[in-house]
Amino acid sequence: MKIKTLFISCVLGLVTAAPALAADKLDSGDTAWIIVSTALVMMMTPAGLALFYGGMSRYKNLLNTFAMTFVAYCLGSVLWVVCGYTLAFGPSQGGFVGGLEHLFLNGITVNSLNGSIPEFVFLLFQMTFACITVALVLGSVVDRMKFSSWIVFATLWFVLIYCPVAHWVWGGGWMGEDFGALDFAGGTVVHINAGVAGLVLALVLGKRKGYGKEAMFPSSITLTALGAALLWFGWFGFNAGSELAADGVAGSAFLVTNTSAAMGALSWMFAEWALEGRPTVLGVASGVVAGLVAITPAAGFVNLPASLVIGAVAGLIGFYAVVKVKPKLGYDDSLDAFGVHGICGVWGALATGLFATPTITEGARGLFYGNPKQLWIQFVSIVATAAFTAVGTLIIVYITKMLTGGLRVDEESEVKGLDSSIHGERAFEIS
Amino acid sequence: MKKIEAIIKPFKLDDVKEALNEIGIQGMTISEVKGYGRQKGHKEIYRGAEYVVDFIPKIKIEIVLPSDRVEQTVTTIREAANTGKLGDGKIFVFAVEEAVRVRTGELGKDAI
Repeated sequence: MKIKTLFISCVLGLVTAAPALAADKLDSGDTAWIIVSTALVMMMTPAGLALFYGGMSRYKNLLNTFAMTFVAYCLGSVLWVVCGYTLAFGPSQGGFVGGLEHLFLNGITVNSLNGSIPEFVFLLFQMTFACITVALVLGSVVDRMKFSSWIVFATLWFVLIYCPVAHWVWGGGWMGEDFGALDFAGGTVVHINAGVAGLVLALVLGKRKGYGKEAMFPSSITLTALGAALLWFGWFGFNAGSELAADGVAGSAFLVTNTSAAMGALSWMFAEWALEGRPTVLGVASGVVAGLVAITPAAGFVNLPASLVIGAVAGLIGFYAVVKVKPKLGYDDSLDAFGVHGICGVWGALATGLFATPTITEGARGLFYGNPKQLWIQFVSIVATAAFTAVGTLIIVYITKMLTGGLRVDEESEVKGLDSSIHGERAFEIS
Repeated sequence: MKKIEAIIKPFKLDDVKEALNEIGIQGMTISEVKGYGRQKGHKEIYRGAEYVVDFIPKIKIEIVLPSDRVEQTVTTIREAANTGKLGDGKIFVFAVEEAVRVRTGELGKDAI
């Protein structure tokens, strides 16, 4: 016991005495906050998103929606530590993708730092983003996709689409520091990426049987509202955690995140009340998410007044996209992954180019602060992400179709419900 | 013997049951049913998708009783279930050929 203590103090003494080799120094406050943020963002997938989506899917497909969400998180967790982290954050290969130096987290130790936090904490924080992005996609295709196809698709998409895009923006790739695109917590990487992928998948998969003809009641708006509340709660880790430090910018990001969510909910609700006659709870919950999505890329760059506008406009755009535009275009984006995440993500990325102010983060300056070029940069980053994702997803969808012998469940299973036909379970026992 | 079948609004069940107890009706069978007549259904809207709910929940009361009690019973149900609005329901009267008490085997009026 004594010898062990002596040994530890010697080692500690050596470490302290050694001259600092790098500028990076661990900060326990930052580390603590990012550990908490990681746990908050983790909760957004198997709890927040599963409830949000599950409540909107039909009673006979509620468990399948949960299963797809859980499995997306589990697959992402494993893939990330095996190869995802190094593809996204490894040494850049021409700005397009990370190198393979950190396969299986090779070379990362308890002493490795990223800024002022341990690299283990950093990579786990990033992992939760990767997981929720792939899970977001499933909102477009619930009620009809084969479970095996989802597993294959999610695996391929995670590695081949998410990891490169994350590298472009955050991992030292072409879109981030060199090009100057501003994406604080994942407007392009997470929301536009997932929204566009969802749209492509929904278009290839086709409409649900009876879509537009028979009534498709959500299984429980209560679960959806609870899911939105958990997403909102977790989003504080998502946005304020993305500062990667416990500082004033994190506090500001926290503030604008909450304000934008509230404004999104109010504007969606009032728009629906005025145009459709009822202030629905589903509308309020959707507006919360619209406001959160839009503030995500802007969270560390904009001030409070901007967040009021960003949230309010997000609620209106989301409402318009989902309630007015979608029925006219006629595609079946079941739970509106594209309508809410894609469209509001685009608005958020553009709004960042409008409202970014150097008083929050130095060097980040948008159109309204005398830098019109930023709006152009944001526009290019949106188009590049959407184009890469659309083409890449399309290819992956067809590979998946080949590997699993078709993407859709058969008609009988679809009518019976996927809970029963795939999982052999039921979500509720109501007699 | 006659059978009375009354379709009423669910929230009127207690009023009807009490009113029938007061005039000495000693038993009834009820079921939860759905349907529509002139009241029609209502609309529900989820993210802009409008679904018409055609069938509205109602309560169906079934009572079998001697023919001479029918008029008073029908009047009692009608008065207790009336709200004056569309959707108050309907009352139907049928002839009943036979009734059997399972426990004793009694027949006809003795069985009800």
